[in-house]
Amino acid sequence: MAMTMTQKILAKHAGLDSVAAGQLIEANVDLTLANDITGPVAIREMEKAGFEHVFDRTKIALVMDHFAPNKDIKSAQQCLECRTFARKHDIVNFFDVGEMGIEHALLPEKGLTAPGELIIGADSHTCTYGALGAFSTGVGSTDLAAGMATGKAWFKVPSALKFVLTGKKAPWISGKDIILHIIGMIGVDGALYKSMEFVGDGVAELSMDDRFTICNMAIEAGAKNGIFPVDDKTLSYIKDRVHREITVFEADPDAEYEAIYEIDLSALRPTVSCPHLPENTKTVDELGRIEIQQAVIGSCTNGRIEDMRIAASILKGKHVAKDVRTIVIPATQEVYLQCIEEGLAKTFIQAGAIVSTPTCGPCLGGHMGILAQGERSVSTTNRNFVGRMGHITSEIYLASPAVAAASAVAGYICGPEDVQ
Amino acid sequence: MVVKGSVFKYGDNVDTDVIIPARYLNIADPAELATHAMEDIDADFVKKVHPGDIVVATRNFGCGSSREHAPLVLRENKVSCVIASSFARIFYRNAINIGLPILECEAAANAIQAGDEVSVDFDTGVITNETRGETYQAAAFPPFIQSIIRAGGLLKSLKERGE
Repeated sequence: MAMTMTQKILAKHAGLDSVAAGQLIEANVDLTLANDITGPVAIREMEKAGFEHVFDRTKIALVMDHFAPNKDIKSAQQCLECRTFARKHDIVNFFDVGEMGIEHALLPEKGLTAPGELIIGADSHTCTYGALGAFSTGVGSTDLAAGMATGKAWFKVPSALKFVLTGKKAPWISGKDIILHIIGMIGVDGALYKSMEFVGDGVAELSMDDRFTICNMAIEAGAKNGIFPVDDKTLSYIKDRVHREITVFEADPDAEYEAIYEIDLSALRPTVSCPHLPENTKTVDELGRIEIQQAVIGSCTNGRIEDMRIAASILKGKHVAKDVRTIVIPATQEVYLQCIEEGLAKTFIQAGAIVSTPTCGPCLGGHMGILAQGERSVSTTNRNFVGRMGHITSEIYLASPAVAAASAVAGYICGPEDVQ
Repeated sequence: MVVKGSVFKYGDNVDTDVIIPARYLNIADPAELATHAMEDIDADFVKKVHPGDIVVATRNFGCGSSREHAPLVLRENKVSCVIASSFARIFYRNAINIGLPILECEAAANAIQAGDEVSVDFDTGVITNETRGETYQAAAFPPFIQSIIRAGGLLKSLKERGE
């Protein structure tokens, strides 16, 4: 029976020759992930249920990134709980301050995620690793506890939507504009329970960082996962990072899709999601003058080196507007160091921005850039829900690093061309 | 099993950030966490909710973050059931895994209004709106999910299987 790329990975991990949409399966997982918010809940549930051992100490990742470096005593206690668990079980991939980065940028960088693998994470943006041709999806803490204890997880095999990317994107258009455009088109539940499979000639045009950004936000359309085929760019990305055998899966040519969408990359304009849902998209040309008090450039969506380079290329030799607090957060220590070595950090600081150590911080209203009543931020993060970054009357406009950097300079939301 | 309560009604896309804002996710005690349930969408929710009450919403309930704290704070407030036209998939899994009953039923989600007295029979999936004298039929769970619910959650069902 013909299968999508996602279905093939699920079948392999369930030990089945084939699976069909709607089927309930139990599959072996290659990696489980939790952070300082979801980890403690999973650890408590696992211990409460009487599971005393983890299934494989090399296949569990714990990343202290959300409220770390510890923002207060309660957050410090949560990290301590994870640290104690990691020591007790001799967890190999425990990432604390100094080694940590934002989980979904960090794990691919460390080679912990690879094509054909099955990854579950107690964080909704775990779907990011589909960029590498893996099946990865977010789960809750109890699912994660079961995964850490047994190495298995249950799934309903998803049906799929196919996105055929064609053409060549214009300068300044990046993965963020593509995924915001798609979410605007299909809505925040447009892919509910389904896979989003990205194919077509346009894929070759996209960098790995573009693909990570696109898969990262598949959850904002309600999807179970997003996935890209494996090509030369994927193989070159993992070459010095993944030192184990990988399996490359391809969708069958006659696989079934519930819908097929064609996206002409050359027609896309810088795109922004207006409050308070990611589906409320407009191009920068349609926005009007929307003044901002803050700009955030970072997160698991857009904190990678290419994002930093794009933002720096716009900020170079300019200064952010007087009343715009501009916060740049490289997603990992490696990206941070690259920012220093390439002179990007200097560019940011000279432009009047701050450069923070890696943290999820402001994206979920944790710390490092909380909004006051009625304030507005342009942000390269992934959610603009009510109260997400602070006060319930504050507003978030989601955008690419290029738009966020340009807006920081202008003081209102605009495209990169407007400040060149 | 039958539950009965008054309805708190919400619209589309109730996200987990409004069910339990991230600023409280450093709280470990479920009872303390529960005092902030629904705070950013309905500031009076925790003052008004009574044991057995039912939350009804339309499309995509529980979208956004994977935080299990979201179904947990509803369960801690003794919400007996959540009925929606559709659920975001992680919330759906989490609710089943921790034993918060949820039902997908578009007819019920559209017809039931705030304050209605509603009873739900989990064995038959029949939802009765006692205020309006209407009944609605929810889809049954697949047997695999029923076995998780019967065991009292995912981890207990795994233990029963001898994992």
